[in-house]
Amino acid sequence: MVGLEHYLAVAAALFVIGIFGIFLNRKNVIILLMSIELILLAVNINFVAFSAYLNDMIGQVFTLFVLTVAAAEAAIGLAILVCFFRNRGTIDVEDVNMMKG
Amino acid sequence: MTSADFQILLPEIVLALYSMAALMFAVYTGKDKTAPMLTWGTAGLMLILAVYIGLNGAGAHTAFGGLFVDDAFSRFAKIVILVSTAAVLAMGRDYMTRRDLSRFEYPLLVALSSVGMMVMVSAGDLMVLYMGLELSSLALYVLAAFRRDSVKSTEAGLKYFVLGALASGMLLYGASLTYGFAGTTQFSGIITAATEGALPLGLLFGQVFLISGLAFKVSAVPFHVWTPDVYEGAPTPVTAFFATAPKIAAMALFARLMHDAFGHVVGDWSQIVALLSVASMFFGAVGGIGQRDFKRLMAYSSISHMGFALIGLAAGTIFGVQAMLIYMAIYVVMNVGTFAFILSMSRDGRVITDIRSVNNYAAHEPGKALAMLILLFSLAGVPPLVGFFGKYYVLRAAVDANMVWLAVAGVVASVISAFYYLRIVYYMYFGDEGDTLDTGMAAPQWALLMASAALMLLGVINLFGIEGPAAAAAAALVN
Repeated sequence: MVGLEHYLAVAAALFVIGIFGIFLNRKNVIILLMSIELILLAVNINFVAFSAYLNDMIGQVFTLFVLTVAAAEAAIGLAILVCFFRNRGTIDVEDVNMMKG
Repeated sequence: MTSADFQILLPEIVLALYSMAALMFAVYTGKDKTAPMLTWGTAGLMLILAVYIGLNGAGAHTAFGGLFVDDAFSRFAKIVILVSTAAVLAMGRDYMTRRDLSRFEYPLLVALSSVGMMVMVSAGDLMVLYMGLELSSLALYVLAAFRRDSVKSTEAGLKYFVLGALASGMLLYGASLTYGFAGTTQFSGIITAATEGALPLGLLFGQVFLISGLAFKVSAVPFHVWTPDVYEGAPTPVTAFFATAPKIAAMALFARLMHDAFGHVVGDWSQIVALLSVASMFFGAVGGIGQRDFKRLMAYSSISHMGFALIGLAAGTIFGVQAMLIYMAIYVVMNVGTFAFILSMSRDGRVITDIRSVNNYAAHEPGKALAMLILLFSLAGVPPLVGFFGKYYVLRAAVDANMVWLAVAGVVASVISAFYYLRIVYYMYFGDEGDTLDTGMAAPQWALLMASAALMLLGVINLFGIEGPAAAAAAALVN
């Protein structure tokens, strides 16, 4: 029997993988975008699992909002990335370093 | 679910419809030739809406079954957001034309972002909180990368986007845990589930993730890494916008979430907020010392100021929220004035942001130098200017809440940060002879610089009566 805790464990694992993907990745900005999507997916699994467990629709409504916003976010992220590539000629994470942070 | 609900949302709906209509209008007519008209139109509409909200609001109403809250707290925040955004639009106009950035998307993105902020401060539900936050953030990502042909600006946009998306991911994860363990996304439901002594572990985790997401938006340490780079890379009018309205919206949302949803477990979050606050104050004060770029310096200054505003929140009392609101309102006025000056900084027609370029400015422009002197002293919190009273209020809130150590840390950090403000004053008055800034300044910039300096001087009489509305706003929030 697959219970709530299994879903939560999968979601937590995906979330942590996403976070690590952002901080450990030294290669490519596209991988950052993929990691962000992974985090949002983890959140969606959480919401749907809780929604089924609680017998409450709100979680699924929230999921639909998150999906929509994630699509808009990816579109804006890719647009900014294209602009950056035009100016810099590369999308390596190591080259995002004009200003010292 | 009727016209009464829409009546409550009227300012947001008007601004959103205006943005969309103006977008279509600009695309089908003069494109960038409509930019000046749209900038003034947007600023004017925002001022009208601010007056409407100020005159028409009374009491507390909820719309759409508690999703949207209209109370004294949200009205206070909305008025500050709208007025500061209008000021930023007005003073950035001249810069945008001079630097060939006069595009019609700019005022409309700012307007859409303000709609998001107005929704944020009125949120009564985690879903509305998220939608408002994303509406404002998505527009801000684009604004940071607004100068498409500049490496610095697009890099600022990229950094802001990646870290902002990470922050909203954390916020959402916290929202999902909160939903699962409270059984509802409405703040009024969460507060009954989160009671003293019996806070489920899941809710505690959810609360911590929510705090991290919001700490990013107010650029509190350790979630501040984006701030200096984004402030430096973005075009200056956009930086001025970042430093004002989004900060107060995020602070107001922070206070609303903490008090409306977790108001019964103050002890659980006030320590976390106090820690964020101390780290921000000291990091902002120390990090700014070595900065040579005025915009970067303002980034560290705003990190430090956010730390002070968080003191008011950490106190967890009605007076604490009142102090935070007063502090934020004063902070926004000071930043509008300072950025009006930064926007006008140029030498031989070229934009310059190095702080040493103000060398000997006082000898050429005594009036403007005096206004900057007042603003910088006020930012540093030197009595008897208004900036001192903002600090006084939050420190008193901390002392009243038995957090004397927090108040002491605040005083020490304030002394450290005074160094970099006073250094600019030193350069202006006693700097080396040599090249100085161009003397020209657009009328809106001059007016806003002088007005905010005058407010910092004259406000010492009674803070323009801001205490009363702030107290009413705080009383409406804390229960």
